[in-house]
Amino acid sequence: MDLNYSEEELAFRDEVRAFLAAELPSALAEKVKTGKRLVKEDMESWHAIMNKRGWLAESWPVEYGGTGWNAVQQQIFDDESCAAGAPRTVPFGLKMLAPVLIKYGSEEQKRTYLPRILDGSDWWCQGYSEPGAGSDLASLKTKAVRDGDHYVVNGQKTWTTLGQYANMIFCLVRTSNEGKRQEGISFLLIDMKTPGITVRPIVLLEGSREVNEVFFDDVRVPVGNLVGEENKGWTYAKYLLTHERTNIANVGANKVSLAHLKYIAENQKIRGRPLIEDPIFAARLAQIEMDLDAMSTTNLRLLSSPDSVANAGPMSSMLKIKGTEIRQALNDLTRRALGPYAMPFVSEALETGYNEEPIGPDYAAPVSQEYFNNRKITIYGGSNEIQRSIITKMMMGL
Amino acid sequence: MDFNHTEDRIMLKDMVARFIADNYGLEERNKVAASAEGFSRDVWAQFAELGLIGALFSEEDGGFGGAGFDIAILFEELGRGLVVEPFVASGILGGTMLSMLGNYSQKALIADIIAGTHTGALAHGEPSSHYDLSHVETSAVPDGEGWIVNGSKAVVLNGDSADSLIVTARVSGNTWDEDGLSAFLLPATTEGLEIRGYPTIDGLHACEVSLNNVRLGAETLLGDSGKAYPAIEMATARANVALTSEAIGLMEVCRDMTIEYLQTRKQFGVAIGKFQALQHRMATVLTEIEQARSAVINAAGRLDLDRVEREKAVSSAKVLAGRIGRLVAEEAIQMHGGIAMTWEYGLAHFAKRLVMIDHQFGDVDYHTARYVSLSRQAA
Repeated sequence: MDLNYSEEELAFRDEVRAFLAAELPSALAEKVKTGKRLVKEDMESWHAIMNKRGWLAESWPVEYGGTGWNAVQQQIFDDESCAAGAPRTVPFGLKMLAPVLIKYGSEEQKRTYLPRILDGSDWWCQGYSEPGAGSDLASLKTKAVRDGDHYVVNGQKTWTTLGQYANMIFCLVRTSNEGKRQEGISFLLIDMKTPGITVRPIVLLEGSREVNEVFFDDVRVPVGNLVGEENKGWTYAKYLLTHERTNIANVGANKVSLAHLKYIAENQKIRGRPLIEDPIFAARLAQIEMDLDAMSTTNLRLLSSPDSVANAGPMSSMLKIKGTEIRQALNDLTRRALGPYAMPFVSEALETGYNEEPIGPDYAAPVSQEYFNNRKITIYGGSNEIQRSIITKMMMGL
Repeated sequence: MDFNHTEDRIMLKDMVARFIADNYGLEERNKVAASAEGFSRDVWAQFAELGLIGALFSEEDGGFGGAGFDIAILFEELGRGLVVEPFVASGILGGTMLSMLGNYSQKALIADIIAGTHTGALAHGEPSSHYDLSHVETSAVPDGEGWIVNGSKAVVLNGDSADSLIVTARVSGNTWDEDGLSAFLLPATTEGLEIRGYPTIDGLHACEVSLNNVRLGAETLLGDSGKAYPAIEMATARANVALTSEAIGLMEVCRDMTIEYLQTRKQFGVAIGKFQALQHRMATVLTEIEQARSAVINAAGRLDLDRVEREKAVSSAKVLAGRIGRLVAEEAIQMHGGIAMTWEYGLAHFAKRLVMIDHQFGDVDYHTARYVSLSRQAA
């Protein structure tokens, strides 16, 4: 048992730090750190910088242009990136589609799509959820009917994150109504420019536009765009969920969020003293910090454990629950730390180039909208209630 | 970074587990706990023979372990067995004080402690000190070459059966000062020492100690006069690594019993584990136990770091073990239902110990406040 990084791990961390110090544009880091809204170009430019260094596809095998890093290295990279204020990479192509293609895609699909994810030619979005299929994903109804060399797709997807930027979408579609619901689902790759596709934004509770509805009306998709076998799509979708072990708890982002909360609590005053010295506030803060410190170790325990699904399944779900609960607790306490200044909301203040005097402290503007926006994290990716059911199913056989 | 135990530690763990499975049934344990001393001298001798007491001491002190992870791995198994023998009192608390403060001849006692032929106990906490380590009203006033000690010590673990007591007393300063505390090593038979032993609700033994004009010779002083605090803090830190590790073992027993019960107990025609209301409560229990385990790993691994980092990790582990220990105990009883309320079923004995661990060496609130104050010292 050794809680310290090894010499090699420390050397790797230094290499990552040097890269970030040299290559992360300071204006971009500033935007991230001050909670400004990132636009498409921000994310694309960071992808390009990472790709140039060969570090964009951190979780892919080397033969497909990935880094070949082990799980601990990926965690170090994430910790350092978060601490430096690097934007998160866009996960849909890199972390959601690519592992499925690498494991189940045809040679041609790999050759076609993986390089285009790396060089930014394609921006993927995810077509899983539907209006009637949320936590119960297998009840999805968007159907694909074979017609010669094409599938004809009809239906609707929803909660499509950053779909407004995407030129490609990977979809779970129903190709059969026979047998178990899970056994009639297929995994299709669809060009967003195909006639019959309509994208409509959904405005979220705090006013942001990050998710969309996507409508399919007789959309013709070449059969070559089917991943793996017909009616096996559920297996492919689930593969990702049980094998995704890195970063599930968002440890790096949580640490940054904690540090920012401390900074705010040192600057907010109550009776002339920093809020961080208020005993009740300090106790709440300490409890989150202690929980985060433990979770960080839980996360490393998972990452360093042998690559067995039996272990990864329940532990991943546990980390999803704890990671999101801690993040929401941080968002909540940060909002409360602002007192009345949690209320003013000038949406333009979150745009780059906003030059007006801030209302209240300069760190106040993004806090409440982040609190409200992050209510999503215990809902998406399999709600925390779904995770609890997975844990008991795996650990108790019930 | 490596989360695997060394082979030696895994062997130690297996050995303890086997011994407990073969010799330490719950019924026997409860019988021993109800005896006059609250533990079995026989079993204690066997534990000594297996080298388990020695595992708590460094090679320098004649043991073969003593690191945070030695404590952790041993106490996790002791927790699973609900062991009542005085590992904390004699091995950790007595042993650490002797090791850190004792002179050559005083340290000779460590060999007897490791051999199980001598037990020690630390009489530090007082009736009104709550968990505050520096709160000592007991006074030691110089008297010729020696000292006269007056005061009271509260809930001294296994002090009623100990051969020696290590008593702390104030030689200077105010009640809450860290400076000015001395530790004295004295035989339990010392004149003026009044010991009132009693059982605790979780099956252990403790005592109240009154010191009425106890005359101590100069040779009883451990370490420099007035400078005992760092050793008290370290002994407590090691005790908390032990107790939080014990808590992990207890939690896992409660967990396993509850899972089995959920799988087999039928109501409304199905195993009660089919009910989502119970599944989700259980999932929370399972998730939180992993958090507690991680916090204990952090504390065991940071026991050799600088004071602030060490103590923050210890307080953090005690907070998580306290909060989660209570959760596991209460949820295990609730999910079992009435059967868990019985003496005979067994779960309750683990649950009681789990809850009482929060009452030893600082509870959730105490350690949360302490973590805050340590964080401020670091800033």
